[in-house]
Amino acid sequence: MYTQAMDTMAREAKGQVQAVKSAEEQAREAAFEARIDAGEFIEAKDWMPEHYRKTLVRQISQHAHSEIVGMLPEGNWVTRAPTLKRKAILLAKVQDEGGHGLYLYAAAETLGVSRDELLDALHSGRAKYSSIFNYPTLTWADIGVIGWLVDGAAIMNQVPLCRCSFGPYARAIVRVCKEESFHQRQGFDALNVMMTQGTPEQRAMVQDAVDRWWWPSLMMFGPPDGESVHGAQSARWGIKRISNDELRQKFVDATAEQAKVLGVTLPDPLLKWNAGRGHHDFGPIDWDEFWRVVGGHGPCNTERLAARVKAWDDGAWVRDAALAYAARQATREQAA
Amino acid sequence: MTAGNISVSETPLVLYTLRRADDALILGHRLSEWCGHAPMLEEDMALANMGLDLLGQARELYSYAAKVEGRDNDEDKFAYLRDVRQYRNLLLLEQPNGDFARTMVRQFFYAAFADLYWRVMMRSTDATLAAIAAKSEKESAYHLRHSSEWIVRLGDGTEESHRRAQEAIDLLWAFTGEMFEVDDSERGLIDAGIAVDPAPLRAQWMKRITGVVAEATLTLPNNGWMQQGGRSGRHSEHLGHLLSELQSMPRTFPGATW
Ligand SMILES: [Fe+2]
Ligand SMILES: [Fe+2]
Repeated sequence: MYTQAMDTMAREAKGQVQAVKSAEEQAREAAFEARIDAGEFIEAKDWMPEHYRKTLVRQISQHAHSEIVGMLPEGNWVTRAPTLKRKAILLAKVQDEGGHGLYLYAAAETLGVSRDELLDALHSGRAKYSSIFNYPTLTWADIGVIGWLVDGAAIMNQVPLCRCSFGPYARAIVRVCKEESFHQRQGFDALNVMMTQGTPEQRAMVQDAVDRWWWPSLMMFGPPDGESVHGAQSARWGIKRISNDELRQKFVDATAEQAKVLGVTLPDPLLKWNAGRGHHDFGPIDWDEFWRVVGGHGPCNTERLAARVKAWDDGAWVRDAALAYAARQATREQAA
Repeated sequence: MTAGNISVSETPLVLYTLRRADDALILGHRLSEWCGHAPMLEEDMALANMGLDLLGQARELYSYAAKVEGRDNDEDKFAYLRDVRQYRNLLLLEQPNGDFARTMVRQFFYAAFADLYWRVMMRSTDATLAAIAAKSEKESAYHLRHSSEWIVRLGDGTEESHRRAQEAIDLLWAFTGEMFEVDDSERGLIDAGIAVDPAPLRAQWMKRITGVVAEATLTLPNNGWMQQGGRSGRHSEHLGHLLSELQSMPRTFPGATW
């Protein structure tokens, strides 16, 4: 999900010419590949091929951007949560997402790129974030469904990355995943209360939210494997260990069962258990919608980016003040 | 079930507790409005953190008020089913966030007071209030440190940040007097050692904020006129808008369980 860069960059990479490598370069690369094959972690100070560095910066920063843009749809309900307990849970959750953004920007910075540069790429539209956050949160049930499905899909996607070859990213992911599973349980719990103790109106609200978020959640795993050209090399580097379709299948299998427990219907008439495969079959995903939203034409793309840019621009004088003060302090200390 | 207002038996102890609970909820809510829109990610985290502290204080105080009142009210009914005229928070805390300077000055004025106040309240003869005070004091100390640092950075930062911080001080100053007021309802609790008299804390509060404001190269207004009314439900126009957002769900779905 948060790793969608890996999928969309494949389209952009087509047609790029591979430069000829020197013998020395080839040897270094072979040694690097051998370390990866041996399951060693690559650390920031280690030599790495430029393409590896670039791919990681792109993936980690997209992940970080997704965390902070993801604060917006949920932040939309912080001031309207229906009980004080839910308000506290939601505010803490959104705060966690900010924390994920911080660890991930820090991991990307170890690769020699600053947070400001990465944010500039986000604000100028050059960098992407997960397209799931371009959908609106219309009712309170959306908050529960995001926890259940979106955090759920994020975990499914990210757990394999705990073994990613780049140490700082792998370690950040371990922390992130722990909190994401907490978020998923809280989301499920919020929905469960509405379904089991709620009014018919509340149950309808949950069903409506599930109807709207189900397909976008499946899209979070990225395009089908056939269209995902980058797969092989990223898999070797452990940046992406399990294919999009495999992860999506795992997610469908897990959530189909959870939907039964909740008593909601997943909006797919073709969804059914296939004993022969040992998996659930499910209907076709509207990939045109996916590419449309990735390409900027989702319901909230403009608003989400504008909200981030506004927060950044409105905060410029605050950051300038902090820098000016720090510089003045440094001068004073030198003088003293 | 109705989404209309609850009625509250405002005995002195219930009223006292609701006033502090409302302070914490309203300021916590204001801080939560920043969520995702702060000048930097670290401040998104810090503002949410302080908001969560205050929300936690509010929940404990509301629960205690419900227990003391002994009717079927609870934390959510107090928060979601009282209207503007039933809210008892300080006017300072309902003032809109404005820019970051205004949010920080509001936080600074209040935390400098709350930190002193809760510290003395730790000696309350009411064990529950003393326990809440102990927790709140720790949290306020952090809020004070955080906001003081920002007052200094903003005041002694750039020309623009200095101007904005000074404007925030000038605007919010008139709301600070209310923190030190006592009415008859509270006087009895003070005499019984349950509550503390905030009036004698004013000198210490002044000393604290004067130090920070001076370091920030800012100034405090000479203007002695002070706004009041929050403690008896005479609020600014801002509170109604805050409540209409805060309360929209329980008002729309009466009797629902979330
Ligand atoms: Fe996250
Ligand atoms: Fe999460």
